[in-house]
Amino acid sequence: MSVAVDLILDKRTGAGRDALIPILQEVQDAEGFLSKESVAQIGKKLDLPSSKIFGVATFYNQFRFKPLGKNHIQICRGTACHVKGSASIMERLERELGIGADETTGDGVFSLEVVACIGACGLAPVISINGEFYANLESEDVPKILEEYRNKEDVK
Amino acid sequence: MINIEVNGREIEAEKGEMLLAVLRRAGVEIPTLCNIEGLTPTGACRLCVVEIDGMNGLVPSCAYPVAGGMKVQTHSNRAVQARKTIVELLLADHPDDCLYCVRNKNCELQDLAENLGVRQRRYKGARNRKHQDVSSPAIERDPEKCILCGKCVRVCEEIQGVAAIDFSGRGSKTHIATAFDEGMNVSSCIYCGQCIKVCPTGALREQSSVKRVMDAINDPDVVVVAQHAPAISVTIGEAFNMEAGADVSGALTTALRRMKFDRVFDTSFSADLTIMEEGSELVSRITNGGKLPMMTSCSPGWIKYVEQFFPDFIGNLSTCKSPQQMMGAVIKTYFAKREGIDPSKIFSVAIMPCTAKKFEAARPEMANNGNPDIDAVLTTRELIRMIEMRGIDLKDLDPDTADTPFGERSTAGKLFGASGGVMEAAIRSAHYLVTGGEMDELDVQNVRGMEGIKETSVKIGDLELKVAVVNGVGNASKLLKEVREGRKDLHFIEVMTCQGGCVNGGGQPIDTNLDNVRARLKGLYKLDKDSAVRTSHSNESIERLYDEFLGEPLGEKSHHLLHTTYTERDVVK
Repeated sequence: MSVAVDLILDKRTGAGRDALIPILQEVQDAEGFLSKESVAQIGKKLDLPSSKIFGVATFYNQFRFKPLGKNHIQICRGTACHVKGSASIMERLERELGIGADETTGDGVFSLEVVACIGACGLAPVISINGEFYANLESEDVPKILEEYRNKEDVK
Repeated sequence: MINIEVNGREIEAEKGEMLLAVLRRAGVEIPTLCNIEGLTPTGACRLCVVEIDGMNGLVPSCAYPVAGGMKVQTHSNRAVQARKTIVELLLADHPDDCLYCVRNKNCELQDLAENLGVRQRRYKGARNRKHQDVSSPAIERDPEKCILCGKCVRVCEEIQGVAAIDFSGRGSKTHIATAFDEGMNVSSCIYCGQCIKVCPTGALREQSSVKRVMDAINDPDVVVVAQHAPAISVTIGEAFNMEAGADVSGALTTALRRMKFDRVFDTSFSADLTIMEEGSELVSRITNGGKLPMMTSCSPGWIKYVEQFFPDFIGNLSTCKSPQQMMGAVIKTYFAKREGIDPSKIFSVAIMPCTAKKFEAARPEMANNGNPDIDAVLTTRELIRMIEMRGIDLKDLDPDTADTPFGERSTAGKLFGASGGVMEAAIRSAHYLVTGGEMDELDVQNVRGMEGIKETSVKIGDLELKVAVVNGVGNASKLLKEVREGRKDLHFIEVMTCQGGCVNGGGQPIDTNLDNVRARLKGLYKLDKDSAVRTSHSNESIERLYDEFLGEPLGEKSHHLLHTTYTERDVVK
């Protein structure tokens, strides 16, 4: 039982199933993802089976069911980035990390998210790690950047 | 009453009725894939589209209310072409492995493709590659064959009240999933198998035990023993063009012998045994201040339902094993000893109208010294396949009698196949156990029938026994909540997981026609009416079993062999 989820649910006395999506959003904001436990907690509150909540949540791209990595990578696959070769950046990221879109590495250090446009077309192709932008990338840059973050991890 | 015109013919209809219901009543054949009688139409599959004069588009008749003067064309070129296109689109990403499919020749999609004359692949879609889910001991799912009609989802939620599965994902990635896309084995599925019965394709099926049973039969060192549940003999004739509800237990016994089962026993015998134990348990709970209301424990889907959704009622469940498991237990002890057979050389097969019985047989408690009570469970469907494989036609067989010592049964035991049947059998014997005499009228009409919850009271000596019968587990939560909130008048509650009881179980032939279920029920009650032995306690073989082996009901041996325990289950719910 998560206290954060409890707090979110307590705020909404008498909430019905129509409150499901805003609750899911709040819980994901607080916890970073939707865990089985949180889904069960929400289900209990709204009298909804987990299967149904999972069904609703998987309908939307915004919900995830695994925790994000310590370093969250967003790769832009918008038009400008695509034209400037983001496919090869994506392919390199997947190869280096051993994960695909919307996945987290086994050690929990990185997670990878594909976004449609990050709003920085002038920097294309661009990725963002924890909000920090890496612009005008070539696929050879990817290992170096990842190494930086891995090193930070080692220092800690 | 209003009149509508269908294909140039006048038809009467009730105002507000859905067009599909009116058409079907008038004998007009309209195909559907997503419609479930009695539930709100979803209009999902669009196969029931018809043309209505004055309307631009085609209209799904399942979800379109009739109106006076309506002119309907059900098989216009446009309507038929639309249906054909829908089926062609459904086939676009279908595996097309009909020859290897369990539903070959019994598939709604296949029938439709045939009836609509689909002869070539007009659309080719990317195959929807998905793993099969074979994690559960009872039910398998093959998402590649799924056409997303949603019937399984609706039956699970709206009829059974379980909601183990739902639509997941979006667009071309939509699929039916348990919560978090996990295996059925960790889901809240109770293995009732009602989803299999509504599935139009081979996307849902039982986990088959046919091969294991065949292997055991072909092993000369193994004694293969069969038992068949009360519902089987009034059902299986249907598969061999016999009248629905006719009792064919004699021919069934002959067939099983021809298939080289070494012994054939009747689960109705152990249903009588269950009544002796359960009736005694009820009397004991009432007189000794035990936990009430007592609840029946024959239906394994219901047991799992309680263990995961209402664990606070575990103490209310009768500790009696189900008839299947009781039979299994006495086969490998009393019978083995009597015949001088090493119990580990016995392969015990239970033929059941049920998929959850496979799960029950696999429960670790259901064993004696590590040797399982039951080795394999076959559904009615699997048995039919096996009989056909052997080239046997039940219709041609002379009846035979089941083997001693577990072949004799009362018709009270036979009633276990019907909703209310366990209750009726229990009341008959409880009356005898308490008063020493028989009831004036053995029929307990108020517990029969297809109502969701049936309640009645019966005078037994000084006691006014108050009972309730829940017909279909989806109706159970209402009553359980009443009890939880303090309702105290009930002594005994029977719950059968499937509506109508085992005659409509998840292992029964795929056929959503409720008339057949009613015929099977009628068959059981007719057997009982015409029977000379109508109470479990008057079954002489039961008396002998207690004399020679068990001692007395609730005695030490019974406790060890015939009773069990339940545990709270942590599942994703």
